[in-house]
Amino acid sequence: MTEAIEHTNDLDFEGWVCPVPLRDTPFIVMGHGGGGAMSAELIEHLFLPAYGAAATADLGDSAVLSVGGSTLAFSTDSFVVKPMFFPGGSIGDLAVNGTVNDLAMSGAVPLFMSTAYILQEGTGLEELGRIAQQVGAAALVAGVKLVTGDTKVVDRGSGDGVYINTAGIGVIPHGVDINPRRAGVGDAVLVSGDLGVHGVAVMSCREGLEFGTTIESDTAALHGLVAAMLAACGDLHVLRDPTRGGLAASLNEIARASKVGIELVEQDIPVPQMVRDACGLLGLDPLQVANEGKLVAIVPADQADLVLQAMQAHPLGRAACRIGTCVPDHRGMVVAKTGMGGTRVVDLPIGEQLPRIC
Amino acid sequence: MKYLDEFSNPDLAHKLLDQIHAVTTQSWAMMEVCGGQTHSIIRHGIDQLLPEGLEMIHGPGCPVCVTPLEIIDKALAIAALDNVIFCSFGDMLRVPGSSQDLFMIKSGGGDVRVVYSPLDALNIARQNPDKEVVFFGIGFETTAPANAMTVYQAKRLGVKNFSMLVSHVLVPPAMAAIMESPTCRVQGFLAAGHVCSVMGTAQYPPLAERYKVPIVVTGFEPLDILEGIRQTVVQLEEGRHELENAYPRAVLAEGNVPAMAMLQDVFEVTDRTWRGIGMIPASGWKLSGRYGDFDAERRFDVMDIHTQESSICRSGEVLQGLIKPHECAAFGKECTPRKPLGATMVSSEGACAAYYAYRRLELVETT
Amino acid sequence: MCLAVPGRVVSIANVDETLMAEVDFGTVRKQVCVEYVPDVKIGEYVVVHVGFAIQRLDEQSAQQTLTNFEQLGILEEEFGDGFSRAARHAGVDDPRGAGR
Repeated sequence: MTEAIEHTNDLDFEGWVCPVPLRDTPFIVMGHGGGGAMSAELIEHLFLPAYGAAATADLGDSAVLSVGGSTLAFSTDSFVVKPMFFPGGSIGDLAVNGTVNDLAMSGAVPLFMSTAYILQEGTGLEELGRIAQQVGAAALVAGVKLVTGDTKVVDRGSGDGVYINTAGIGVIPHGVDINPRRAGVGDAVLVSGDLGVHGVAVMSCREGLEFGTTIESDTAALHGLVAAMLAACGDLHVLRDPTRGGLAASLNEIARASKVGIELVEQDIPVPQMVRDACGLLGLDPLQVANEGKLVAIVPADQADLVLQAMQAHPLGRAACRIGTCVPDHRGMVVAKTGMGGTRVVDLPIGEQLPRIC
Repeated sequence: MKYLDEFSNPDLAHKLLDQIHAVTTQSWAMMEVCGGQTHSIIRHGIDQLLPEGLEMIHGPGCPVCVTPLEIIDKALAIAALDNVIFCSFGDMLRVPGSSQDLFMIKSGGGDVRVVYSPLDALNIARQNPDKEVVFFGIGFETTAPANAMTVYQAKRLGVKNFSMLVSHVLVPPAMAAIMESPTCRVQGFLAAGHVCSVMGTAQYPPLAERYKVPIVVTGFEPLDILEGIRQTVVQLEEGRHELENAYPRAVLAEGNVPAMAMLQDVFEVTDRTWRGIGMIPASGWKLSGRYGDFDAERRFDVMDIHTQESSICRSGEVLQGLIKPHECAAFGKECTPRKPLGATMVSSEGACAAYYAYRRLELVETT
Repeated sequence: MCLAVPGRVVSIANVDETLMAEVDFGTVRKQVCVEYVPDVKIGEYVVVHVGFAIQRLDEQSAQQTLTNFEQLGILEEEFGDGFSRAARHAGVDDPRGAGR
């Protein structure tokens, strides 16, 4: 370039002054339910302070309680999924497996469950019947007893069909101490199988996004797999089922709770082609897509092989593999080594995952 | 996915990187125009692997980021109206207007829906004849054919309850404005591959000649980006400033003729204010007179819009490549993807969001 | 911007007098408007953005590009100057002396 370029504008960027944050929202927005940063903030900044001394501050999937001489796990979850019926399952399956899995992530054997329904006026009884059947069937498979429940009806327009809340109780075997603060430097990070399956299955029938795929939700009760893992290694450090917010949300929460860094090898993370393609089409990150019948395990490095073998021997863990390590660097952050040899941060998703054009 | 996955092959990536290292003998600064390219570069860590002297300046090729604040505020006003179903691409939902975003409108009771394609919005209009359905028609030349076809179909099928809020922006005038800015450091361009799939490459040789910059049409996968960089560096090293096409599998010199014909019919050129940058003459498209009935700006009386940008947001400088995101004092502090001050932090391919998502690590390590 | 992905046309139909195709993206399929590639044939590949095919994907060209990448550096490896390249990489002078 030898000649000077004529400057035909005077776009000027000096004079930026003082901060006025734009997003002090006084309302709940959809993102608060997404399982990512916004959900965490709502708990940290609204609920916990409001509960004050009455609350404990554990961020695990379920609460671990000492009662009499036993250690119990107690968990609750609400299911608002739309569409209610999707390839591979329904809101009924999720309602049971979701709470069973929350209990299982503490190492508990799930025993009893409650089911509370909030029904929109006008919901079809046939539809409700099908959901209830699936709740019963899932409970049978999981070996939990449905012991108590409740039903409420809201005005047409106040709900979205059917909301189900389940709460569950399980017993934690003596000596088992699994919680998100126990990841240690050097620990191996394992997953039980393919990621992103449930989220893509649900998305594929969502209005406006429909696409043809044979993928089916991976919803499943994981306590049997956990029991097999515990039999191989009595000292599992952390277990987590990466539901809302996907693998990214779970690992970020664990990294923060345990104050370790987590380093992943992108090429080792099992994402099936169907999930890749669907995410490619919609512009989503597979690591942020919800899973249902999968778990992440953080175990002492010298136990990794034993645990993997136990997982692979179980029907729900055939594709189990190691995806990374806990490190003393970048504590609280999750970083992945890319296929190109570079690194990138795997971030906590903010709110809902949305398809993008850009 | 076929013809996608092959272009992420790490072995071939290393060959390309070796070549880039081999031909680079001095420092060069080049701009990738398209936000999707920025996203790919940061996400794969490509800029970390380039030779020391090569700098990628991130361009304003993020239509979400540059959609004028006034249009966002109009969108919010329309979306908040009773009886309106407001449809949008997912990207726009968290973009901050003067005081709200579409998510907040939704939580306040507005019917805001995410669609994958503008045709989905037209379908919603046909299925809801008693509602007004408005589609937020943003994007570069890549998205314009889809939006154009949708308006064309609405007219042909007589879907009277459908309208579009149009805010298209054009790449070549933006490139010219960047080169004419007094603080420009750009020595070469990776042109936006999919924009060229639609528009062809005819607009670029005059730009290359006038500003003496190599322009290489580049794709989005890692190998495509590396090849675009390689060809640009070769030109710079050899003192050439020509148009080259490094994305021939999806770009023809003549572009997509039927698409361009539709664009001629449905849109007309207009001056456009690029958020964070300023007014660039003849850099946008609006609906042409023939389709005026479907223009949401005409259909809805959204006057009394008072726009107000955050005064610490430096999106504009980031969009022009004058600063890197982490050089903004608000980056990661007042401004995060969770609480964005400007659009570059919202859009998944705004440079600020890309840096925040993928590169906080080194930024953490070097502070 | 411009997230667009390549897919293979599986079937073509006229829907409301608009040319639509079912496109296969490997393991997912989607309905895509192909008005802008009106003479596309079944089996051909298109580049799809927001539900529209914006251009044909030229398979031969794609293969050629990949082959070019594979060939890159081969000639130089066989016939080029390894010493000076290695020295450049290492940021030092060519050990065999100036003028290389």
